[in-house]
Amino acid sequence: MHAETLEPHGPKPKRHFSRTNIMLYGTLLLISIYYLMPLWVMVMTSLKGMPEVRLGHIFAPPIEVTFEPWVKAWSQACTGINCDGLSRGFWNSVQILIPSAVLSIMVASVNGYALANWKFKGSEVFFTILMLGAFIPYQIMIYPIVILLRELGLYGGLSGLVLVHTIFGMPILTLLFRNYFAGIPEELFKAARVDGAGFWRIYFRVLLPMSLPIFVVAIILQTTGIWNDFLFGVIYTKPDLYPMTVQLNNIVNSVQGVKEYNVNMAATLLTGAVPLLIYLVSGKLFVRGIAAGAVKG
Amino acid sequence: MDKQNIPYSVQIKALGLKFGEHKVLEDLNLDIHQGEFLVLLGSSGCGKSTLLNCIAGLLEISEGQLWIQGKNVTWLEPSERGIGMVFQSYALYPQMTVRGNLSFGLKNAKVPPAEIKKRIERAAEILQIQALLERKPAALSGGQRQRVAIGRALVRDVDVFLFDEPLSNLDAKLRTDLRVEIKRLHQQLQNTMIYVTHDQIEAMTLADRIAIMRGGKIMQLAAPAEIYNRPKNLYVADFIGSPSMNFIEGELQNGVFHSPAFTLNLQDYAFITSPSSGQKVVLGLRPEHILSGTQAATASQQITARIDLVEPMGSDTLVYAQVQGQKLRVRMDGQAQVTAGEMLSLGLQPERASVFDRSSEQRL
Repeated sequence: MHAETLEPHGPKPKRHFSRTNIMLYGTLLLISIYYLMPLWVMVMTSLKGMPEVRLGHIFAPPIEVTFEPWVKAWSQACTGINCDGLSRGFWNSVQILIPSAVLSIMVASVNGYALANWKFKGSEVFFTILMLGAFIPYQIMIYPIVILLRELGLYGGLSGLVLVHTIFGMPILTLLFRNYFAGIPEELFKAARVDGAGFWRIYFRVLLPMSLPIFVVAIILQTTGIWNDFLFGVIYTKPDLYPMTVQLNNIVNSVQGVKEYNVNMAATLLTGAVPLLIYLVSGKLFVRGIAAGAVKG
Repeated sequence: MDKQNIPYSVQIKALGLKFGEHKVLEDLNLDIHQGEFLVLLGSSGCGKSTLLNCIAGLLEISEGQLWIQGKNVTWLEPSERGIGMVFQSYALYPQMTVRGNLSFGLKNAKVPPAEIKKRIERAAEILQIQALLERKPAALSGGQRQRVAIGRALVRDVDVFLFDEPLSNLDAKLRTDLRVEIKRLHQQLQNTMIYVTHDQIEAMTLADRIAIMRGGKIMQLAAPAEIYNRPKNLYVADFIGSPSMNFIEGELQNGVFHSPAFTLNLQDYAFITSPSSGQKVVLGLRPEHILSGTQAATASQQITARIDLVEPMGSDTLVYAQVQGQKLRVRMDGQAQVTAGEMLSLGLQPERASVFDRSSEQRL
């Protein structure tokens, strides 16, 4: 570089280590470490044997890597009378999650579509009542639902729990879908009506194909919500049918025998894997969908 | 059915529309002839789009009847009314190709595939969109999208086309091009077309008849030339024409218009109703009907004005002038050499003026 080229021309040169950048990346780094530290401890502990865990160096990587705790957590850990590990809970959770998520998303999307595009007499009142449901703490409804499920003959079974999850997902999911569909230009809907499409044809052929982002948001919300649920799972099912979260609690909080921290860590990681995976796979779509749903109310 | 025996294509009979207690349209009557190009013109909120939505069946009317092609369609679904509609925002189905967009309505109506193919080809040829058939709307320009939207109405083989401000989303150049194309399309198809716009140039150039609307009422329904030359009331006179008409308040005495600025003998003016002497009136003069330069002398009466401001626009020059404190807009030839501060001799043509009663605002 010659001195005369210092005359400003072209793009302004950027300084990589400006004060702003150091502050920005420094803060980000610090926060990342803060949030990742527990995860690090968990992963490391789960890969150690019990003698090494007892040494107490929780941040240190394992001297001898073993997958024994993972195997034990999955297939041998005892929860109450069963000693077949978390695998039973995992499959229970899958059996709860899939029908609950599919059913609630299907019904809520049609609800939201009807409320956004087919205004009927009292539709606003109906929507308000539905929204009210989102603000009532669900703990106060636990006992009435026990009675309801008993009367329906569903208490203690998986289908009862599926029904509960479906109903409790309704307010927030309906709001989500209604706002998304309300944001789609009304003229598109009018054009479809002139083209002779009815309620279902407009829903399936016109709106569904352009609603992928909001469906991804709904799937993520429902998957994490239902998978992480503990309260409904422990109340409305019986030990054989406990979801994974309840089983995890029973493993970690068991008061008998030695505390196997490595197994506990592995079990926790296994339980958290599903929501984490869903989020990592669809993170980008999630952000886009949240933004899209939020614009119009 | 022999269409020759049906004088009207669309008939609106005593139509009323209420949103709760709020009356948007009231006792509206409108007969549209077979093959007519009718433009609903008005500023925003005048009810023109609402009326179009009522005709389409997208809004349920509160009172009255709608007839299309001699059939009472008041209770029919939009798709059963024999209409095609083109929207301002194009409203193309984003996930379908152009072909998918064109065929959607036909598939809903269970038209056989061979027939669908034939109709799409015909529409694509008329609108010059053959090359775009396999593309998605996102890959089209604004003009192309609107052409596809017109095509969607075209393939349905309907009697009546409804346009809801179809050109408002396009840029000026494209708007002019597509305007000509719509006119050509109408000449070619001879369908009934109802066209909503707030653009008076579109209305003037396209319409067989214009209905000027305000507050849910039709202020005047007439051919463009009639609306331009003989506006029925002050609102229409002010709305049509750019720059708008000059209005001068004054009084009539024995057929002579008196105002503080000048007097004008109206013996050549065709009064609809003979005015009473001393009646308070508003005289309307279009800027382009005030003669200037050498032509000023040919008019029956002359006045002298001082120029305040000059706006040269190339094709013509707009002059803001003053006569005894009365402001006047005058449209001059584009080559006229005038500057502010000069005195200008102007010729007034009473036979091309409009006179309105000041209180009723109706044409006299």
